Amino acid sequence: MQVTSHVREPLVTNGKTMHDITQDICRQVEAKPTLAWLVAFAISVATLLIGSVALASTWWYGIGVWGLNKTIGWAWDITNFVWWVGIGHAGTLISAILLLFRQKWRTSINRAAEAMTIFAVLCAGSFILMHMGRPWLAHWALPLPNTYGSLWVNFNSPLVWDVFAISTYLTVSVVFWYVGLIPDLATIRDRAKITLEENPLLPTDTAEERKAKKAKRRPISAFMYGLLSFGWEGGAKVWARYEYVALILAGLSTPLVLSVHTIVSFDFATSVIPGWHTTIFPPYFVAGAIFSGFAMVLTLMLITRVVFKLEDYITIEHIEVMNKVIILTGSIVGIAYITEFFVAWYSGVEYESYAFINRAFGPYWWAYAAMMTCNVISPQLFWFRTIRRSLVWTFVLSIVVNIGMWFERFVIIVTSLHRDYLPSSWAMFYPTIYDVGDYVFSFGLFFTLFFLFAKFLPVINMAEVKTVLNSTDEKAKKDAEQRIREEQKQTETETVG
Amino acid sequence: MADSKLIEKHKYMVGIYDHEEKIIKAVKEVQKQGVKVHEVYSPHPIHHIDTYIGHPRTRIPIAAFLFGATGMLLAIWMISYMLAVDWPMIIGGKNFLPIPTMVPVTFEATVLISALGMVTTFFIANNMGPGKKEAMFDRRTTDNRYALIVDLDKNVAKSSEEIKVVLESLGAEANPKIIER
Repeated sequence: MQVTSHVREPLVTNGKTMHDITQDICRQVEAKPTLAWLVAFAISVATLLIGSVALASTWWYGIGVWGLNKTIGWAWDITNFVWWVGIGHAGTLISAILLLFRQKWRTSINRAAEAMTIFAVLCAGSFILMHMGRPWLAHWALPLPNTYGSLWVNFNSPLVWDVFAISTYLTVSVVFWYVGLIPDLATIRDRAKITLEENPLLPTDTAEERKAKKAKRRPISAFMYGLLSFGWEGGAKVWARYEYVALILAGLSTPLVLSVHTIVSFDFATSVIPGWHTTIFPPYFVAGAIFSGFAMVLTLMLITRVVFKLEDYITIEHIEVMNKVIILTGSIVGIAYITEFFVAWYSGVEYESYAFINRAFGPYWWAYAAMMTCNVISPQLFWFRTIRRSLVWTFVLSIVVNIGMWFERFVIIVTSLHRDYLPSSWAMFYPTIYDVGDYVFSFGLFFTLFFLFAKFLPVINMAEVKTVLNSTDEKAKKDAEQRIREEQKQTETETVG
Repeated sequence: MADSKLIEKHKYMVGIYDHEEKIIKAVKEVQKQGVKVHEVYSPHPIHHIDTYIGHPRTRIPIAAFLFGATGMLLAIWMISYMLAVDWPMIIGGKNFLPIPTMVPVTFEATVLISALGMVTTFFIANNMGPGKKEAMFDRRTTDNRYALIVDLDKNVAKSSEEIKVVLESLGAEANPKIIER
């Protein structure tokens, strides 16, 4: 039976029916692209092209074009890699962990968040390829038989773990996302095929009739979405299997997503560099990843809901819940920063203490201050309900959080490296135009893919929203309130009687 | 087997309902009245309706476990063979096979093979794949309608007229169509 909560607000507002959901979500897939979409897509592609020039130069000349030096051998490349992987984590959290916790509000945002995960991981992967310097030898990272004797990859290295973690994460995320897409692709296919069935081209048609029919028919959609929907029919047996597949994929993805950022943090934590060699890194990185990922989901969803008019599906309620996750993870990150500092002092290790004092008060104090302000102080504003429910505040703070999270990785990586044990090896990092250009490339890639997704695939999981509709729409809420009032009246009369 | 399926065409009656609760009630009631439900098509999953119809429980979780176990064993074999058998190397003065460092890759391989194997099984079991043709009884069932299918050739105890009356009495659209396939 459907259970209606009288505490929670409805997840879909304005009394939408199942057909309204289909209409609202399919509309942007079926209609011609809007001017807003075209402009946004053009900007993304332009960014991608500009970035591609930088990328091509990086590959042509080698990574010597970056601002790296003998002391700082890792800077923006790995910062950007960790930042993008972290952003990806929110999608899996929403689709997998919240599914296991039976959080129904995830249904409106999981599709776009998962797409964001995939694109963010692709961007992260592009930095791995970039910083290999010779991307055509990327397969050397895999355990393949080779011509140099049977020399295999070193399974003791966290970088090899990373190869497995990131590629598994990407593959499983794509599979999870695609399995979830199939029922919705079938909906679009059937709508297109109905237009073909309702407007058959007959030899007896006059030229005008034929023209009118052709205007209504959508043969390309019918073919393409027919191909992509894998012959989905939506029978009870298939749905039962589908639900098990979704549940098990969620069960597999949950430890997977935690393992991915844990392994990313091992890239640093298993080294012996002061500032990196800490056991707190895995939980701290995972919390930071979810923190930045939720911020990016908010940035994207706030734009998407306005552009595609999805205010009834992505409600203020959804935004508020996500902001609560931001307070939680932001606070965990804040505690981790303080703990690191405390442990650096408490350990009594001189080098460790210096690394942290240098972080906060050395030449990179401004990066540390930016990190602290954006990640620790700014999310605390969400304790105020008005701020949590304000679109403008949420949008601004979601961007602030991601700036802060970029600085966090920069602080961890560059400040731990820039003052080596020997003062003669102390250096500063100055990014070159190629560092910036490669970062621009990743933005271009991310937004180009996201806009393509938003235009050609349903941005909201229609099938899942339809399951929550009966229990959470406004009519159900009113019915429940009515029922509760009646029950209360009854108990009152019983007590009086 | 496939040929005999092609030759033996069955007649199906398609009852269309417009609400989740109606179709759940209909499935239960129809079966109580001695009519076997062939399948239910819906735009979203309906919990437990497969058990009401009498479908056997899915064995997908078993497949997922077996694939996961295979992935784990493959990874352990791969790492052991590469690090300790084929080209043993002393790295950092440690054993050839340090168990802690085997954990991450073994875990990832378990998850990867389990997920891919399970989803492939899912597609094969449902006869789904890129470009596979669907056989829809009613295309509205991916939008906002629920279809209750009765195989008339397997329900010979009642006439199609009687079955039609039963479906309609439970809220189906008037005059359910009959499809032969």
